[in-house]
Amino acid sequence: MKILVCISKVPDTTAKIAFTENNTKFDTNGVQFIVNPYDEWYALVRGLEIKEAQGGSVTVLNVGGAENDPTIRKALAIGADDAVRINFEAKDALATATQIAEFAKAENYDMVLFGKETIDYNGSQVGGMVAALLDQPFISNASKLEMDGNKGKVERDIQGGKEVIEVEAPFVLSAAKGMAEARIPNMRGIMAARTKPLKVVEASASADATEVVSYELPPAKGDVKLVDADNPAELLELLRNEAKII
Amino acid sequence: MSSDRFQAPDYYQIDDLLTDEHKLIRDTVREWVKKEVSPIIEESAQKAEYPRHLNKGIAEVGGFGPYIPTEYGGAGLDQISYGLIMQELERGDSGVRSAASVQSSLVMYPIYQYGNEEQRNKYLPKLASGEWVGSFGLTEPDHGSNPSGMISNFKDEGDHYLLNGAKMWITNAPICDVAVVWAKNESGRIHGLIVERGMEGFTTPETHGKWSLRASRTGELVFDNVKVPKENLLPNKSGLGAPLGCLDSARYGIAWGAVGAAMDCYDSALRYSKERLQFDKPIASFQLVQKKLAEMITEITKAQLLNLRLGQLKNEGKATTQQISMAKRNNVNMALEIAREARQIHGGMGITGEYPIMRHMMNLESVITYEGTHDIHLLITGMDVTGESAFR
Repeated sequence: MKILVCISKVPDTTAKIAFTENNTKFDTNGVQFIVNPYDEWYALVRGLEIKEAQGGSVTVLNVGGAENDPTIRKALAIGADDAVRINFEAKDALATATQIAEFAKAENYDMVLFGKETIDYNGSQVGGMVAALLDQPFISNASKLEMDGNKGKVERDIQGGKEVIEVEAPFVLSAAKGMAEARIPNMRGIMAARTKPLKVVEASASADATEVVSYELPPAKGDVKLVDADNPAELLELLRNEAKII
Repeated sequence: MSSDRFQAPDYYQIDDLLTDEHKLIRDTVREWVKKEVSPIIEESAQKAEYPRHLNKGIAEVGGFGPYIPTEYGGAGLDQISYGLIMQELERGDSGVRSAASVQSSLVMYPIYQYGNEEQRNKYLPKLASGEWVGSFGLTEPDHGSNPSGMISNFKDEGDHYLLNGAKMWITNAPICDVAVVWAKNESGRIHGLIVERGMEGFTTPETHGKWSLRASRTGELVFDNVKVPKENLLPNKSGLGAPLGCLDSARYGIAWGAVGAAMDCYDSALRYSKERLQFDKPIASFQLVQKKLAEMITEITKAQLLNLRLGQLKNEGKATTQQISMAKRNNVNMALEIAREARQIHGGMGITGEYPIMRHMMNLESVITYEGTHDIHLLITGMDVTGESAFR
C-alpha cells in the first residue's frame, strides 16, 4: 500500500488565542505548535498500522513554510518513511487542496488520509476537495478502516448508529476518533527521523477562492446568577428579559 | 489521582534557545509521563512499590543512558537532551528520575568511561533496554559525605578478587541485576567492580519505612566474601575521582530533574489558586498568594537558565564539578521550597494524594541529601572561591 497522510500544523490546545492586523491574522507570538491531533493520532497512526500489516510506505505531506519542519519531523519520528513539504503559504482550503492534489496525482497513492478536521479552523474541507480534484471517492469522519487487499471496509459514526462502507483503493479518507490509538514517538524513532528524507516541493499555481475578512473571539463568560430552586418565575423572567433567549 | 493537566512554565521563552530535536525529545518524554506515570505514581508511592513495568517505557523514551553512544544501546544524545529527559521524568516523580539517573550516570556511565570493550558490550545494551536494573555502591553506613574513608575492600586471590563490606542507601539495590561497587584494594586504592546478582555472598536487604522516594526501592549491598571475577574490575580509572566523575554526571541530571518537580508544584498551585474561591474571589487574587506564585516562577526561571548554561558547558566538556555542585544545590533547594509554598497554596488539599505536591516535597527531602548534601555542596563552592577547604 502506498499511503499519503496529510498533516497540518496547529496551535497547541493550551495556546492563548489572539489576532493582529485589525483582527485579520492569527497572532502566533509565543504560541507553541503541534501536529493536528486528528492527523497525527488517527490518520497517521492508522496509515502506519496498515503499512506494518501489509507492507508499503507512508509519506507525510504538509503544505506550508520551513517553520513547519519541526512538526513534520515529529511525524517522521512516529514512523512515517519520508515527508514532503509543499512550499506554499496556504490561505484557503481550495488553494491547499489544489497543491496536494497536484502533487498526489503524479504519485498514484492507494489512499490519501486526513484527520477529520484541523483543530484551529475546523474547516473539514481539504480532504473532500482533494478527492474531487483527484476524481476519487471520499469518506469523511471514518472511525474504522480495515484493508483486505485493495478493498477497504470503513465505519462511520452517524446519528444514533454506524454506517459501514466498502470502498476500493484509491480513495481519500478523513479519520475521526476510534480509528487508532495515539503513538508516542520513541527515541529510536526520533533518531531515525534525523536522516529520513524531507523533500521540499515548490508550489504549483493556485488561487485562493475565499478571503478571511475578520476573526472574532467568543464573548467573555458572564457572571453566574443563582436562582432559588423555589422560584421558577424569576428564572423565566431572567431568561426572557435579560438573556432574551426565550 | 485526577488527570494530569500539567502545562510547563517558560517565562523567558527558553524554548527558543533549544533545538527542534531538544523540544521533540522533551515533549515526547512529557507526553509519556502524562500517559504512563501520572495515572499510577500516586498509588505506587502510597504502597511503596517501584512500578517496574515503567522500565520498558523509560528505555523507549531514552531515559537509560541517553548520552551513551548508540553502538552500546544508548541514544547518543547531547547533555541538554539528557537534562530535559531527567526534568520531565522528575516532573512525574523523583523516584522514576532516580531510577533513570542511577542506571544512566552511575552504572552505564562508569562502565562506558572506565570499562573495557568486553564490559561495555556485555552490560550496556541490557541496561539501556531496561532488561537489567543497575545500582551503584559508594555510600557506606559510616561513610556518607566522606566516601574516601570507606572500608569496603577486595583482595587479589589469584584468579579472582574477594570482596567484603557493605553499602547503604542504594537506589534499586533490592531489584538490581548488576551493581557498580567501589572498594579499596590491598594498598588502599579505590577501584570499581561490577558485581552481579547471584554471586555467592552478595545480598541486597531492603530499607523499609521511608517517608520519601516511596515509589523507588532502596536498600543495602552486602558483600560477604564475594568472589568477583577479575574481568569485572573497571580497568581504566581508579581513585576517588572515578566515582566522583559518575556523581558529576548524576548531579547534573538532578539539577534538571529538580526543576521538573518544581514546575509541577508551581503549575498545580497556579491552577488551584485560580480555581479555589474564598471570600467570593479566587485565592490567586490575594497578594500573599501572588507573592508565593511570583517568587516561584522567578526561581524556576533562574534555575532553567542555570541548567541550560550548564548543559552548554557540559556539551563543550567545560562544566566543572564545582559548577555542577552549585546547580544541584540551588535547584534542589529551590524545588523543595517551592513544594512547601505550593503545599500552603493548596491548603488542606495539598496533603492529599489528589495533588502531587506532598509526594514531590517528601521526595525532595531525599534529593537534597543524596548525591552530596546541601551543605557539602555549599562547602564545595566555598572551597572553590576561597581556595580553603572547610570539610574537616
